[in-house]
Amino acid sequence: MSVLNGVSYGLLLFMLSAGLTLIFSMMGVLNFAHASFYMLGAYFAFQVSEWTNYWVAFLVAPMLVALMGGLFERYILRKTHKFGHVAELLVTFGLSFVILELVQLIWGRTAVDYKVPAALDGSLFKLFNSSFPEYRAFMMVVAIGMLASLFLMLKKTRIGLVIQAALTHPETTEALGHNVPRVFALVFAGGCALAGLAGVIGGNAFITEPGMAQAVGAIIFVVVVVGGMGSLGGALIASVLIGLLQTFAVGLDWSFGGGLQSLGINVTSETFGYPVWKLKLSQVAPILPYLLLVVMLVVRPKGIMGTRDE
Amino acid sequence: MSSTLKPLQFKPLNGVRIVVWSAFAVILLLLPLAAQSSFALTLLCLTGIAAIACMSYNMLLGQAGMLSFGHAVYTGLGTFVAIHAMNKILGGWPLPMWLIPLVGGFAGLAFGALLGFVTTRKAGTPFSMITLGVGELVFAAALMFPEFFGGEAGINSNRTGGTGWLHGMGLTFGPQIQVYYLIAIYLFVCTAAMYAFTMTPLGRIANAVRDNAERAEFIGYDTRWVRYLIVMASSFFAGIAGGLTALNVEAATSDLLHGVRSGGYLLFTFLGGVGFFFGPLIGSVLLIFSLVVLSEFTKAWQLYVGIVFLIMVVYAPGGFSALLMLNLRRVKYGEWRKMRWPYAGMLFFGLIALWGFAAVVEMAYQFQVAAGSGSGLTVAKIPLDSAQPVSWMIAVAVLIAGGIGFEIWRRKFAKVWSDGEERIAEAVKKAEAAIV
Repeated sequence: MSVLNGVSYGLLLFMLSAGLTLIFSMMGVLNFAHASFYMLGAYFAFQVSEWTNYWVAFLVAPMLVALMGGLFERYILRKTHKFGHVAELLVTFGLSFVILELVQLIWGRTAVDYKVPAALDGSLFKLFNSSFPEYRAFMMVVAIGMLASLFLMLKKTRIGLVIQAALTHPETTEALGHNVPRVFALVFAGGCALAGLAGVIGGNAFITEPGMAQAVGAIIFVVVVVGGMGSLGGALIASVLIGLLQTFAVGLDWSFGGGLQSLGINVTSETFGYPVWKLKLSQVAPILPYLLLVVMLVVRPKGIMGTRDE
Repeated sequence: MSSTLKPLQFKPLNGVRIVVWSAFAVILLLLPLAAQSSFALTLLCLTGIAAIACMSYNMLLGQAGMLSFGHAVYTGLGTFVAIHAMNKILGGWPLPMWLIPLVGGFAGLAFGALLGFVTTRKAGTPFSMITLGVGELVFAAALMFPEFFGGEAGINSNRTGGTGWLHGMGLTFGPQIQVYYLIAIYLFVCTAAMYAFTMTPLGRIANAVRDNAERAEFIGYDTRWVRYLIVMASSFFAGIAGGLTALNVEAATSDLLHGVRSGGYLLFTFLGGVGFFFGPLIGSVLLIFSLVVLSEFTKAWQLYVGIVFLIMVVYAPGGFSALLMLNLRRVKYGEWRKMRWPYAGMLFFGLIALWGFAAVVEMAYQFQVAAGSGSGLTVAKIPLDSAQPVSWMIAVAVLIAGGIGFEIWRRKFAKVWSDGEERIAEAVKKAEAAIV
C-alpha cells in the first residue's frame, strides 16, 4: 500500500520536475516560479470546476497556466536574457513572490474547498484492511499518460525534433529557418502546462492553499539535482525514490537508539547525543529528501543520470 | 624597463577615502540624536544589523556571483549559538556581553565551513538550488531538536547580565542606546573589514571566478576552493549580524532560519544593488523600511515589493545604487539638466498610476481578507468603498490614465537618455584621445 501511495506521489513530483527539467535543459533557466505555476493550476481548476465541472477544469486550467507562462516568457523573461542566468533566475524568483500575493489577494489566505470529483471519490480496492482511493489511481494514470505523450512528442514528432535541435544547436536551428525564441516560449509554456496539470490533479488530492507552492518547491529542486541537472530519466528515478522514501518513513517509528538497543547497547537519556538517538524515522521524514541531496552531492555530485560535471 | 612599468601601488589612505569613511562614522555617531522616539532607535538598530547581513550576502552575490537562497541559515544559527552563549554568561562564564556578536560570528564561520563544503560543490544555478535545499534541511531539522532550538516557542535570554570588563562602568546594555552604539561599532568595523576583503587577492580572484570561472581555473585557481573560502568569510559576517540580533531582541525562534528570511536578504540586497560596495547599505534601509514601516500601512506590502523587484530586474539590474551612479555620471557630464522634465513627468504620472494600482489592490484586500472590518478604506487619505462599483471604476480609470501618461513620458525619457548616452560616449572618447 505504501508502495502505491509512494509511487503516485513520486509520479506527481515527476510531472512537476519534468517541466522544470525541460525548461532548464533547453533555456538554461531555472524556473523558480515553477511550483507557483503548480499552485496556479490548482486554483484555476478550483475556480473553473466551481463554475462548470471538474472535467472542463481538467482541460482548461493547464491551458490557462500555459498561457500565463508563455506571456511571462515573451514579455518579461526574454528581456532579462541579455543580463545572464542570474537575472533570469531572479526574475522568476520575483514572479513567485507576485503570484503568491496575487493568489492570496484573489482567493484569500485560507485553503479553498477544492474536492475530488464524485465519480472518482471511492476506493478502488482493499489491501490488508487499508483501501486504495480511486483518485490515486487516476493520478497515476494521468501522470503515466503524460509521461508517455511527452516522450512520444519529443522523439517522434517534427516539433519534438525542432525542440531537440534547438536544445543543442540553437544557432544552426535558427539558420535552418526555425524561430528559436518562439520555440523557447513554447517550451516554457509547455513546462508550465505540465506544472498546471500537476496542480489540477494534486490540488484536490492534497490541499489547495497559498502555502502549497513553497511546500513542494524545494522538493522538486532536490529531485532535479539528485536526478542530474537536465536529465528527464534521472528526474523520474529521483522523484519516485523520494516519493517512496517519504511515504515509507512516515509510517515507521524506528530510531537509531532503538536500533542500538536491539544490538545490546543501552541508550538512555543520559547517553551523549540522546536527542539524535531518540528521533524516530517518522519525525525525520520531512528532511529525508534534503539529506538525500547532501549525501548525493558528497558521493556523486553530478546526480543519478547527470552527464556533465561543472 | 622598470622605470616605465611601475607596479600598481595600493594607497589605502587617500583623501576621498578618508572623507567618505569619516562621514560614515560621523553619521553612525549622530543618527541617534535625530531619532526622537524609541521606535526610531529600534529601527536604527534593526537597520544596522540588516546592513551587516546584506553586505555579507553581497560577498556571495556581488563579489563571487553566487546566488544563495539559504543565507538566513548562517545569521539564524549565529543568533541561536549567541543566545546559548548569553545564557552561559548568565550562568557564570567570564565573557563580556559585547563579545557575543563575535561568538555568533564564529558560529556562522563553523556552520559555513560545514554546510559550505556541500553547497560549494557546484557553481551557478545548481549552487542556488542546493542552498535552497540545505536551507530547508536546517529549518526542518531545527524543529526536530527542541533541546537546542526551543521548538515553536524558541529560546530567550537576557543581555543585562554577566560581568565583563566594562560592565562595572555602566555598560549593562539595559538602555537601547547602548545596544545601538555597539551595533554601530560592529557595523563600522565589519564594513571596513568587508571592504578591505574586496581588496585582498582572494577577493579579487572571487571576482575572476564570478566573471569567468573557466579562465580562473586555467590560470591555476581551484574555483571550488575559492567559492568555499568566500562562503566561509560571508557566513562569518552573517553570524556577527546574527549575534547582534541575539543581543538586540534577546530571543531566537526557528523562523529566523526560514527560507522567507533568506529570500528577503536576496531581494533587498539586489534592490540596493550588487554592483557597488555600498549597494547593500541602501538595500538594508529598504528592507527594514518595508518590513516595519510599509507593512504598517498595507497588508499587501509583499506584493508591492515583489512588483518593484520584478521591474528592477528587468529594467535596472544594477539596483538603486547603479541608478544613483548613472545619474551622478549625467551630472558630471552636464547632461542631467536635460532630463529634469522627463523625470518630473514620469514621477507625476507614475504617482497617479501608483495611486490607482494601490486603490485596486487595497480594495481587493479589503474585500477578500479583511471583509469582517467593513468595506470602507482610505488610500492616501482619499476615502473609498470596496462594496461600491463606483470606487472600483474610479480606481481603474486613474490607473489607466496614469499608466498612459507615464508611458508617454517614459518614451520621451528613453530618447533623452539614449541621446545623452551617445554624447557621453563621445566625450569619453575625446578625453581618451587627448591623453594618448
